[in-house]
Amino acid sequence: MINITRRQLLATTAVIGATVMAGAPVRARIMSGALPWSPNQVYPPPIVTPGPWQFFTADEAAVVEAIADRIIPADDLGPGGKDAGCAIFIDRQLIGPYGTSEWLYMEPPFVLDAAANFGIQSPITPTRRYRDGLAALAAYTKQNFAGRLFHQLDAADQDRVLTGLEKGDVKIPEGKAFFNQVQANVVEGYFADPVYGGNKDMCGWKLVGFPGVRYDYRDVIANPNKPYTLPPVSLMGRASKEAAR
Amino acid sequence: MTRRLPKKDVVIVGLGWTGSIMALELAKAGLDVVAIERGPWRDTATDFNITTAPDELRYAIRQEMFLRPKQETLTMRNRLDQTALPIRKFGSFLPPNGVGGGGMHWNGQTWRFLPDDFRIRTHLTERYGEAFLPENNFIQDWPMSYDELEPYYDRFEKTLGISGQAGNLKGQIQPGGNPFEGVRSDHYPTPPMQQGYSQSLFTKAATDMGLHPFPRPSANLSQAYTNPYGVRMAPCTYCGFCEWFGCANYSKSSPQTCVLPALMRHSNFEARTDSEVTKVNLSRDGKRATGVTFVDSEQVEWEQPADLVLICAFAFFNVRLMLMSGIGKPYDPNTAEGVVGRNYAYQVGAGAVGHFGPGYNFNPFAGAGSLGAALDDFNSDNFDHGPHGFVGGASLTNAYTNGRPISYHPVPPGTPGWGAQWKRAVHETYNSTTNVGAQGSVMAYRDAYLDLDPTYKDPLGRPLMRMTFDYHPNEQKMAKFMMERSGEIIRRMGAKQVSTNALRVPYTVVPYQTTHNTGGAVIGNDPTTSALNRYGQSWDVPNVFVTGASSFPQNAGYNPTGTVGALCYWTLDAIKNQFLKSDAPLVQL
Repeated sequence: MINITRRQLLATTAVIGATVMAGAPVRARIMSGALPWSPNQVYPPPIVTPGPWQFFTADEAAVVEAIADRIIPADDLGPGGKDAGCAIFIDRQLIGPYGTSEWLYMEPPFVLDAAANFGIQSPITPTRRYRDGLAALAAYTKQNFAGRLFHQLDAADQDRVLTGLEKGDVKIPEGKAFFNQVQANVVEGYFADPVYGGNKDMCGWKLVGFPGVRYDYRDVIANPNKPYTLPPVSLMGRASKEAAR
Repeated sequence: MTRRLPKKDVVIVGLGWTGSIMALELAKAGLDVVAIERGPWRDTATDFNITTAPDELRYAIRQEMFLRPKQETLTMRNRLDQTALPIRKFGSFLPPNGVGGGGMHWNGQTWRFLPDDFRIRTHLTERYGEAFLPENNFIQDWPMSYDELEPYYDRFEKTLGISGQAGNLKGQIQPGGNPFEGVRSDHYPTPPMQQGYSQSLFTKAATDMGLHPFPRPSANLSQAYTNPYGVRMAPCTYCGFCEWFGCANYSKSSPQTCVLPALMRHSNFEARTDSEVTKVNLSRDGKRATGVTFVDSEQVEWEQPADLVLICAFAFFNVRLMLMSGIGKPYDPNTAEGVVGRNYAYQVGAGAVGHFGPGYNFNPFAGAGSLGAALDDFNSDNFDHGPHGFVGGASLTNAYTNGRPISYHPVPPGTPGWGAQWKRAVHETYNSTTNVGAQGSVMAYRDAYLDLDPTYKDPLGRPLMRMTFDYHPNEQKMAKFMMERSGEIIRRMGAKQVSTNALRVPYTVVPYQTTHNTGGAVIGNDPTTSALNRYGQSWDVPNVFVTGASSFPQNAGYNPTGTVGALCYWTLDAIKNQFLKSDAPLVQL
């Protein structure tokens, strides 16, 4: 019998697409007499590694990568959204509880024309929003750009399409909501811990100067107004994703 | 079929700050105590390891540890003539779930309210006249004075080890502290946190302007500390992962770091987690609680009989449980009669963001939930409101609770929302931006209240709580005033460009504002305007006591937890010294 640790089990489960923290059934517990505590009982997130798309089709992924590269373009300050792994991040988020709005209140009736201060009132989950939004965007670009998909357009046309979606000038169903969703997720992917598949080599953290999870900055407080020079550290330490595998 | 458990002396609903303190003190007194908590058990070593805890996406963005709206949410409307809609994803506030409650993932700012806050109606009427108070207000005096509550503030601060600088020690104003605070009987248990670069600019600017800045009281401890329960804490390392996270350092005061290790040693205490109390059961005449009914995670229903029921959940859920159990008369805004759901209040947020440009390294990642310099010159009635036409006030603070970049990547006004210019602005601005924020009071009004929603249900088929709330002109005026004061200070600090954060009107359920939801089951001396007497005891069912911010008659310009903790110890003394002997109403009319 192979002795499999909980951490390995979590990593294994992640490959088939379940996010354990969300899916595991919770059982009522009764505690008395001592703190209920056992060693190594931490709950780490599964480490995302690059590999086959798990939610997107190849065409969808290419479009999401292209959008990510316009939201956060590559330049002298660092990689763009594509090379940062934002599409991988989004792909893996969509197969977890986030993708299906599993933790949200999704009971009817839905009032679709509610004012913005009522927050989300749509029954459309992130997976639905991506699938339908990408299909509508593909139809739009094929019709308006000689049969081409978004990632086949030049950067100026890509920016025009995205601006049109953002402002509601590109008339596809839920176009503005689709843009807002992708933009928010790209930013998440660029700045979230690399353990989730984006922020490759902590490029997002290097962009702003966030040292990550070093967890002790008493020296910074003690030395005001000094630039911080140590490189960032992620939940995986300073290893790359490949090394962590 | 409901299964019946053996009777206990005390059943506690919710194992957060007040539930755990009540449980420990009553277990020490020899009573058989069970606490029933609908969320999971969580502890530092098992759940907040350094290699898992500082995870912005998981905890702050996906909100893993909070109550999930699927499990229970609220509906919201701004006005009585609107149809309330469900909060499908929590935004404006994030209700807790699980052992430790909000005390586990809070920032730790631990204030005392000011003496005037407790006699607010009397004081404002004396100084400005009744006609100065806002239209349709339900502003009420608290049923006790600051001086009566002071020993209990002191006790709570000592349980938590709060780090701060006394401003008024036994009537003597102390240099570096808050000169407006009420008289303290003792120093804070630990010295104030060391402040950062930005706070030094704020402190200098404010002092130059004739204001009175001080380091705010903090539950992120400045040094190691052993509390009266014998639980030991470690110094804060300014990691920048307090609010919405568990602390991996044992340096943020929480039920986990201050109470549970002592509590769990008592074999006459039992915790049941992942079990939701659905009802407080009453005797046939409705005048006595016989215990509670709860449903465990396998959907099995249990009855837990008990002699004393303590409702210690988060504010909304205390009120909902009372409404669903028939404890106290529900409030009706049309007749202004009834008390349960009455006087819901929240918090005003406004401020100014300053962009300082090259040469400034604020290093926002080096933060802590309660790191910050504050001033109370514009709080409560510390200034003459006569010329301004509003009542109430705010604490003004310069703080970095964190620099976590998914949420925190400020850009100057006029920057595009995405693309190359946005990226460059994020790069240039992150380290040279700071802010002054105002956290203000919200008065109680006739049309701001909680009741049960007629349409939307939870997974057990029970009505969700409905919130009816908007900011009134009084609070809008106050927010504007505070925003202007914040802007003046940040300019004096040297900001080259200033953008303002105005109060969001109408009240909106997105984005995050604060989880300082108060009222709905308020304490008072008059049973027609309060659900609980001055000891937090139900007027209608005397063996039910309720703790938490749901008991605030209106909200002050501070974080609520310090006052929640003081009220908890106050109620506890009343239970131990009076109720356990008399088993009777502690206030006779």
